[in-house]
Amino acid sequence: MQSPLPFFPEQASNFASRVDPLFIFVLLTCLFFAVLVTLLVIYAAFRYRRTSPGEVGSTVEGNTLLEIGWTTIPLMIALVMFAWGAVVYTNYRIAPKDTLDIYVVGKQWMWKLQQPNGKREINELHIPVNRDIKLIMGSEDVIHDFYVPAFRVKMDVVPGRYNTMWFRPTKIGKYHFFCSQYCGTNHAVMGGWVTVMDPADYAAWLSDEAADSNPAAAGEKLFTQLACVTCHLGNGTGRAPSLNGVYGAKVLLADGSIVVADDAYIRESILQPKAKIVAGYQPVMPTFQGLVTEEQILNLTAYIKTLQSQPVPAKGAGIAPAAAGKK
Amino acid sequence: MHRTGALYGQFNTLEQQKDTASLGMWIFLVTEVMFFGGIMLAYAINRHTYFHAFAVGSNTLSIQLGTINTGVLLASSFTMAMAVWSAQTGKQKLIPMFLTLTILLGFIFFGVKYVEYAQKFHHHLVPGRNFDITYCVNNPEKCEDIDAKDLNIERNEIEEAMQADPDLNAHAQLYYSAYFGMTGLHALHMVIGAGLLIWLLRGSLAGRFTPEWNTPVDIVGLYWHFVDIVWIYLFPLLYLIDRHK
Amino acid sequence: MRTASTANARPALKMPEKHYLNSTYGIRSWLLTTDHKRIALLYLVSVTFFFFIGGFFAMMIRLHLLTPSGYLLSADTYNRMFTMHGVAMIFFFLIPSIPAILGNFLIPLMVGAKDLAFPKINLLSWYIYIVGGCFTLYSMVTGGLDTGWTFYTPLSTVYSNSAVAPAVVGVFITGFSSILTGLNFLVTVHTMRAPGMTWFRLPLFVWAHYATSVVMILGTPVIAITLGLAAMERVFGLGFFNPAMGGDPILFQHLFWFYSHPAVYIMILPAMGVISELIPTFARKKLFGYHFVAAASLAIAVIGFLVWTHHMFLTGQSTYAAIAFSFLTFLVAIPSAVKTFNWTATLFGGSISFDTPMLYAFGFLGLFLIGGLTGLFLGCLGVDMHVHDTYFVVAHFHYIMVGGAVMGYLGGLHFWWPKITGRMYPEWLARIAALILFVGFNLTFFPQFVLGYLGMPRRYHVYPPEFQVYNVMSTAGASILAVGYLLPMIYLTWAAFFGKVAGDNPWPATGLEWTTASPPPTENFEVTPVVTWEAYDFHNRPDLGLDVPVGHPGVVPAHGDD
Repeated sequence: MQSPLPFFPEQASNFASRVDPLFIFVLLTCLFFAVLVTLLVIYAAFRYRRTSPGEVGSTVEGNTLLEIGWTTIPLMIALVMFAWGAVVYTNYRIAPKDTLDIYVVGKQWMWKLQQPNGKREINELHIPVNRDIKLIMGSEDVIHDFYVPAFRVKMDVVPGRYNTMWFRPTKIGKYHFFCSQYCGTNHAVMGGWVTVMDPADYAAWLSDEAADSNPAAAGEKLFTQLACVTCHLGNGTGRAPSLNGVYGAKVLLADGSIVVADDAYIRESILQPKAKIVAGYQPVMPTFQGLVTEEQILNLTAYIKTLQSQPVPAKGAGIAPAAAGKK
Repeated sequence: MHRTGALYGQFNTLEQQKDTASLGMWIFLVTEVMFFGGIMLAYAINRHTYFHAFAVGSNTLSIQLGTINTGVLLASSFTMAMAVWSAQTGKQKLIPMFLTLTILLGFIFFGVKYVEYAQKFHHHLVPGRNFDITYCVNNPEKCEDIDAKDLNIERNEIEEAMQADPDLNAHAQLYYSAYFGMTGLHALHMVIGAGLLIWLLRGSLAGRFTPEWNTPVDIVGLYWHFVDIVWIYLFPLLYLIDRHK
Repeated sequence: MRTASTANARPALKMPEKHYLNSTYGIRSWLLTTDHKRIALLYLVSVTFFFFIGGFFAMMIRLHLLTPSGYLLSADTYNRMFTMHGVAMIFFFLIPSIPAILGNFLIPLMVGAKDLAFPKINLLSWYIYIVGGCFTLYSMVTGGLDTGWTFYTPLSTVYSNSAVAPAVVGVFITGFSSILTGLNFLVTVHTMRAPGMTWFRLPLFVWAHYATSVVMILGTPVIAITLGLAAMERVFGLGFFNPAMGGDPILFQHLFWFYSHPAVYIMILPAMGVISELIPTFARKKLFGYHFVAAASLAIAVIGFLVWTHHMFLTGQSTYAAIAFSFLTFLVAIPSAVKTFNWTATLFGGSISFDTPMLYAFGFLGLFLIGGLTGLFLGCLGVDMHVHDTYFVVAHFHYIMVGGAVMGYLGGLHFWWPKITGRMYPEWLARIAALILFVGFNLTFFPQFVLGYLGMPRRYHVYPPEFQVYNVMSTAGASILAVGYLLPMIYLTWAAFFGKVAGDNPWPATGLEWTTASPPPTENFEVTPVVTWEAYDFHNRPDLGLDVPVGHPGVVPAHGDD
């Protein structure tokens, strides 16, 4: 797939075509200074080599102008590198709105990846080309890192929290991904392949499995089993806010602050319900800490996500009203 | 390197020697600030993240015993300063007296600490072993040294805290890890300090310290004051924050 | 090119009758010594021992990585190799090397004192180093350590099946050796300078060690408490860093890197100090911009404390924090650049000779240049997102640590060997060894930059086959590098006993240490020197016997004529 002595991986994502030019800029700048200093040293070594045993050098002690010069010029160049890098990175850290979300769980020593429709993969990731992909990642044990060299992106996977990363694959093909944070014995074999496909092929691949591995369906079952449905009535008349339309929306809390109901919020609400109370409701929700696994939380979240398209009741939704200050 | 009288061989004058010893002790104390600072930072961060559990933890400490210990250490800093003053002004007989007082106050501190630690041990508040923040509240007969009224207050606090933090026990255990880590480290430093004081006491009884040369008293004094100051930080951090009225 | 020792035609030199090496005999006089020069040699032996240990692990790593599928070692064994390579090299070789050996030996001589401020504490430092070393060796032989030298939690505190606790305790203990050495140096420079030795007449080696000592005493206690907490977590199950107990693994990383980043400046600042001695000496010219270089040392020490989170750009921390730390990281590069330009400028107008120490200085310039510049790639957020935790990082820090610090160390050892032993090493063999080291080093580590950008992560015991070419190059280089290391160990040892007698000042150089005998007497100077000349001032030193242009008043350094 590559020439015998390659230097660059393939460019297969939107970030690859942004990271490589930045890298080349830094490389050329550093090369310039490295060559400059090397040539100066070699020149001086020849020009000022000792010609007699007792010879001494000149009495030159310094030059303040030169000092200021070679402090400020490198500083300015450094700031350009910094700024360009910061722009690319910030773009990387803030995912766009409409992403195809894949849930990723890293554990010693494998990756479990879950497509939006619930289809699961192990050490493989199939995604459509030219679509913004967001990976929402957790760890079951130690710190791992999901790294795709061809995309030029990586992100640590830390136990106890979710980390997200996004990218847009731009080239159809198969690309290596690696675990890139030392995690024990089989750290080096904890990798796999990202397969970027034509959207039609992806859709075909995606639906090529029975619906019973649909996480939203599993989540719906759990929602009833765990009795969430007894308080979280869809029509807003229950003891707890309706969850219709709540995923991704702004929620008004009892203390007046507004938070976005994202995956982390939903997970926290299930495990530590007293942490954030929705305005107008009592803190009566019991915790499900120890009663649900991470996978079940993912399934519940997937189900709640499907409620985005359900009708939001006029009263009893918990969603922050558009006009601020009301209630 | 040979010694001529009080002057160590690497130095040229007694003044240089004294300045060197002082500077050495001050720099050492800076390293101690960084050392304690690390664990205090970890405590502060966890206090912020788990403030319910840490408030409960704070309230299980005896403010009476903590205040006694604070008073004891402040007094011991005073007696230590008096020992240094005695050495500087040539009051030879007073040096061992003030040193002894300082040592005694130090031992009172250890005694109170022992009582506190023993209490924690019995109340299942030592991390790692059978840690249970609710032990006394659930078994009042096992914790007779706690007043029934206080136990009720504690029960209410724990119940309220558990609503907000279902993992209360695990986070309270973090509090106690910090408690034993910080006070244990502090106590270790005091033990070393007590050892140094006993060594000074022997020297003072032998009449070694004069107004011309009393550097050991001086620099041990610096160390002792530092150990005192660490407690002045620990006491509010561990005992006083989020104290119930 | 005539060597410096034949510059002044003199009758055959003789060793001084009594000096620090033969003043007393017997193993007790060495193990209980408070003479800073003997303590330096005690460190030399123990530090070299750990260098061999770290080097052995490196050899195993490179041999194993010849093939992509791991023919030599199991995964667990390989993971122990790279971990223990890191622990041995960083804590037991690099951090002590120049300060504990050359710093201990030279600082009292350079400031004109009879010893360090606290000679007994100096000996205690060495004892503590040995005890810490024993704990770590114990860990190595009773199950090894496989957490990476960075001990990230919860892998190290909960999941690892290796001898974590003794290793952590060993490093914890050795930290106090570092703290006490730094304390000794700081106080010595403040209170023990000879009359006339003002701050701005001090050799830059002393400035560098002063800055290093500031870092040592402020940073090391933090790793101590961090490792202490990690050990508590491992042994007693406390939960500060364990998410299953409400703790935070990222807190560990912050506490760990708060020290471990400044630690890299502990490793490089002394080497920079050595280079600041070598270049003026072998160009026979004052260091260009003395004040700026001194200030740059301090700036590196201070700013070095403000950049630690650049090791954590991809942990999911706040973007704002990442931006702030990236900015600071670019700032910390500037003083190093300033120094590099000043060293280069010193060469212009000089009278340059190519003795072995100068060859090491040139090697340092080239390799530190590459190592330092590649740091910019890593500090640049948009590049780090690709190369973080790959071989690019490995190449970067080896260029600085080996290409920089070890070159500085070897250059310094060669330069001061005549002062330490009274005898010269074999010049031509030494030059060849320096060249071998330079070639071997580049072949070992340059391919790793390429590997990193291609995407090979670090700490991998197996790798995709397309990476093999560069790995083979790297291993080939390592075998050459090994020769470059072994040669000096052999001939320096030989020279200590059988080398040509060097005399007080064979080069000649301008520091105070060269005004006393080689080897020096136990009390360093027969009479306390009085300093009336500036650093690296070849023009005001008629005692050096050089061809100073007529008309210079000249100043004679006080040397035993009071």
